[in-house]
Amino acid sequence: MKLLNVSGSPHVHSGESVKRIMWDVNIALIPMLLTAILFFGFDALFVCLVSVVSCILFQWLIEKFLLKTPTSISDGSAIVTGLLLAFNLPSNLPLWIVIIGALVAIGIGKMSFGGLGKNPFNPALVGRVFLLISFPVQMTTWPTPKGICNIFAGSTPDAVIGATPLAAFKEAVKSGATNFDLPSFADAFLGHMGGSLGEISALAIIIGGIYLLCRRVISWHIPVSFIGTAFVFGAILWLVNPQMYMDPVHVILSGGIMLGAVFMATDMVTSPMSKWGQVVFGIGCGLLTIIIRNWGSYPEGVSFAILLMNACVPLINKGFKPKRFAK
Amino acid sequence: MSNFIVSAIVILGAVGLIFAVVLYFVAQKFKVIEDPKIDEIAEVLPGANCGGCGKAGCRALAEAFVKQGDMEGLRCPAGGDAVAEKVAAILGIEASKAEPQVAVIRCAAGCAKNPPKSSFQGMKSCAFANSVYVGTNGCAYGCLGLGDCYNVCQFGAIALDPETGYPTIDEEKCVGCGACAKACPRMVIELRNKGPKNRRMYVSCVNKEKGAAAKKTCTNACIGCGKCAKTCPFEAITVENNVAYIDYTKCKLCRKCESECPTGAIVSVNFPPRKPAAEAPAKSAEQPAPAAAPKQDESTVINNENTTNNA
Amino acid sequence: MRTFRLGGVHPEENKISTNAKIEVFPLPKQAVVFLSQHLGAPAVPVVAKGDSVKTGQLIAKAEAFVCANIHSPVTGTVNKIDSMKDIFGFSKTAIVIDVAETEEWVETVDTTPDIKRDITLSQKEIVDKIKEMGIVGLGGATFPTHIKYMIPEGKKAEYLLINAAECEPYLTSDHRVILDHTEEVLIGISILRKALGVPKAYIGIENNKPEPIARLQEMAKQFEGIEVVPLKVKYPQGAEKQLIYSITRRSVPSGKLPIDVGCVVNNIGTAFSVYEAVQKNKPLIETIMTVTGKSLGQQQHNYVVRIGTPFSDLANAIGGIPENTCKIISGGTMMGKAIVNPDGPITKGVSSMLFISEKEAYRHEEQDCIRCGKCVKACPMGLEPYLFSSLINNGKYKEAADNHLMDCMECGCCLFSCPAHKPLTDEIRLAKTKLRQMQQKK
Repeated sequence: MKLLNVSGSPHVHSGESVKRIMWDVNIALIPMLLTAILFFGFDALFVCLVSVVSCILFQWLIEKFLLKTPTSISDGSAIVTGLLLAFNLPSNLPLWIVIIGALVAIGIGKMSFGGLGKNPFNPALVGRVFLLISFPVQMTTWPTPKGICNIFAGSTPDAVIGATPLAAFKEAVKSGATNFDLPSFADAFLGHMGGSLGEISALAIIIGGIYLLCRRVISWHIPVSFIGTAFVFGAILWLVNPQMYMDPVHVILSGGIMLGAVFMATDMVTSPMSKWGQVVFGIGCGLLTIIIRNWGSYPEGVSFAILLMNACVPLINKGFKPKRFAK
Repeated sequence: MSNFIVSAIVILGAVGLIFAVVLYFVAQKFKVIEDPKIDEIAEVLPGANCGGCGKAGCRALAEAFVKQGDMEGLRCPAGGDAVAEKVAAILGIEASKAEPQVAVIRCAAGCAKNPPKSSFQGMKSCAFANSVYVGTNGCAYGCLGLGDCYNVCQFGAIALDPETGYPTIDEEKCVGCGACAKACPRMVIELRNKGPKNRRMYVSCVNKEKGAAAKKTCTNACIGCGKCAKTCPFEAITVENNVAYIDYTKCKLCRKCESECPTGAIVSVNFPPRKPAAEAPAKSAEQPAPAAAPKQDESTVINNENTTNNA
Repeated sequence: MRTFRLGGVHPEENKISTNAKIEVFPLPKQAVVFLSQHLGAPAVPVVAKGDSVKTGQLIAKAEAFVCANIHSPVTGTVNKIDSMKDIFGFSKTAIVIDVAETEEWVETVDTTPDIKRDITLSQKEIVDKIKEMGIVGLGGATFPTHIKYMIPEGKKAEYLLINAAECEPYLTSDHRVILDHTEEVLIGISILRKALGVPKAYIGIENNKPEPIARLQEMAKQFEGIEVVPLKVKYPQGAEKQLIYSITRRSVPSGKLPIDVGCVVNNIGTAFSVYEAVQKNKPLIETIMTVTGKSLGQQQHNYVVRIGTPFSDLANAIGGIPENTCKIISGGTMMGKAIVNPDGPITKGVSSMLFISEKEAYRHEEQDCIRCGKCVKACPMGLEPYLFSSLINNGKYKEAADNHLMDCMECGCCLFSCPAHKPLTDEIRLAKTKLRQMQQKK
């Protein structure tokens, strides 16, 4: 007989593992990958592939040669970072810029803090913001999505350069126009509009989000409070002056709010622990996003808002403790 | 353009000047007057913050030295006499000498004679394991082999056997701060005088079980038979709770007890081999100078281990 | 369905031995009876080497306040009073009795199978009887029962709660006691209710035991003031504070006892032994144990075993320890303790012997915390295990205590749900021990 094993209680485990959580996130990202390919063609797939492969490669290189620790690639977290980074990029971005983004995301955003679990900021967003500031032109020109039929017809993807609804709106407001050319609600919901790979289709994001909710990888607190705050704040501004501000439905459907609220802000490592802490975090993200969108120099503020709130997480964790028994 | 540069220089210069003045007055106002001796002493202390002196860290000890003005009851065990002299010089007093000490692990559980009887999973902490069960080798008194001592050692003097997890002490690196002895939940580690030419004798067992039970637990156990106590010409050995203990202040290192011990629980370190056909490589024993060549660290450890196993 | 509010997990129930009726386990050859089988000070032996003892005879007396009498579980002669190894390998003082061939009970004990229904003793006499018969809580903590019934001045008991939740996976001894001894258990509860002088007793029972619930509800109609409360299946439903909240909606504040909110909680097994003690004069010399494990196949048993019987006897009875056993656990898989020495004896309050295979028990390699907050969600006390972990690993025990570390009851929900497999419960348990030591030094 084998030696008897001893450990403290409990002697059984739920079967949860870091690996399972990361692969769940990867699975939840698949609908968005598919919509991205549908709307932007195989360019989108290349951006995703390059991003994922370079994230894995950089993590392996850093662990092998700089940290000299056993590699942890199999936990799937590098793939999550790679996919999320790609989803925040335009599909026509030169691939060498994608590789730089991956290096910054993994190298600076994650490994410099000690790897998975220790990074205070969402690595994919660190990568994206770095690229946004370093390569503003490439990062803000989006190809207009083709119709679904075009892909199957095999027509050449003539890169029609267009702006996202947010950028177009900002330009229009600046120039004093009162007639905004916003996509229809159905287009905005399904994703038939300009934008980064992953952020266009609210439907795909919601499908992924529901999967994550069912698998208990995320809870409803951050997405609901984030989107809810953006909606309410946007609605107030719109009611005050519909000429200056976008209507709230477009506010939450365009740009990265859906993607940010469901996949970026809910990143376990960089979000608060307690339920109320998560609600506060979500509200903060929502407020900052709208503020940056309307009064900042960038048309989109989700990345900045989430990164700023990431910095507040230790404080939120201190201030919003979970409710204790009999308290 | 030049106007622009001039105004920039002037404004920045003015701002800098104002801040400098404000900072100067604030620094004066909140100046902490501290005895410069504290800094000086803290400088000569090892700076490992091992806690061997009983204070929170090296600076706390330096403060205590200066506050007290003498060295009565205060000592840096890690630094030893060399540091004590430097501190005394700073304080302007005579240094008191103390015998250098070294940590000794009074358990031979890592040896091949005592194979593991169970396995352990969970928090790698001896203190925790001690609250859960008896230990992988089945001894309720001996080393648990999870490295609490290794974790607290600030001087890299403890090495863990990669297979069994049992510690060995590198006596060249050990400064006798006693942090490991405090960390050990079973009080297996003891500080003992280094002894003349680094030669020491001790009972390598703390098992308080009665003879037969102890022997069943571990072949190397002290069974409390008292043969050693009877043999000892200097009354250095006492048997209490079924365990013999050699008082290092009385022991004259005659090694008579070692050959009497039926289980080999008494260990002698750094002695030359008894017979020409030496069982233990006696490299370091032949040249037991404390200021050792760099290579000697390793051989000392090996020697120490072998003595334990072959004794 | 009533339940507690915060946290909780749902481990696989694995109640595979529910259909095994309680069998009487044969006497051992030698009984090893520890002097310390309960929370508190050890009892003092009143027999000496060579004395012959009868079954049920007092062999060690409680001298301290928190202590319980110990009676001989067998008939025979005292071989020695010496330190013996317990199931964890530690040596403790024990009375070792060589078992005689014929069993002889102490005359006062009523060994007939008849059920005695009339409660003749007064309130005080009942408590004295419980004390005399050495009854301790059989829920696992082995706290001497009579102390719970000595209500401190200025406090008033309002409810008697009987814990039949049996929220631990695998365990079925409470389940079987209810089915096989329904009436005795209910009489026991009536006795406890009288001892406490409260009008109402509630039996809290998890909803995964439909048969016992039906049986209890049916029988309870014949008894006054006993109500069966089915509870949601959620671990740790049977923890004292959680059970009180589930049934009465009262919360026991941090550092307080159930009596501070007017409640007294007893295990259902204790109620059964109280019945035997008060009505039959039978001291606590037996315990009902589940012997189970997935690898045992059809060999699932519930035994009534004499205290002092070695665990290995049970293992032999089911045909030896199964080949793929990695752990033997005394108690449930969530809070039970792993055994290293199966030759150690059964003590009061032991409720099971589980054989767990490597696949079930294996602890995975520890990884870095990914701050997922699953431990916070799972904690039924609303604590932050991830925070404790980092504080404890940096030696900041005091700060951990400031974050209410001492409220932890070591239920294991945090470690159970941690995806990074951090030994959270281990760390917390260590810190609690260290903090208690620090307090004692002061």
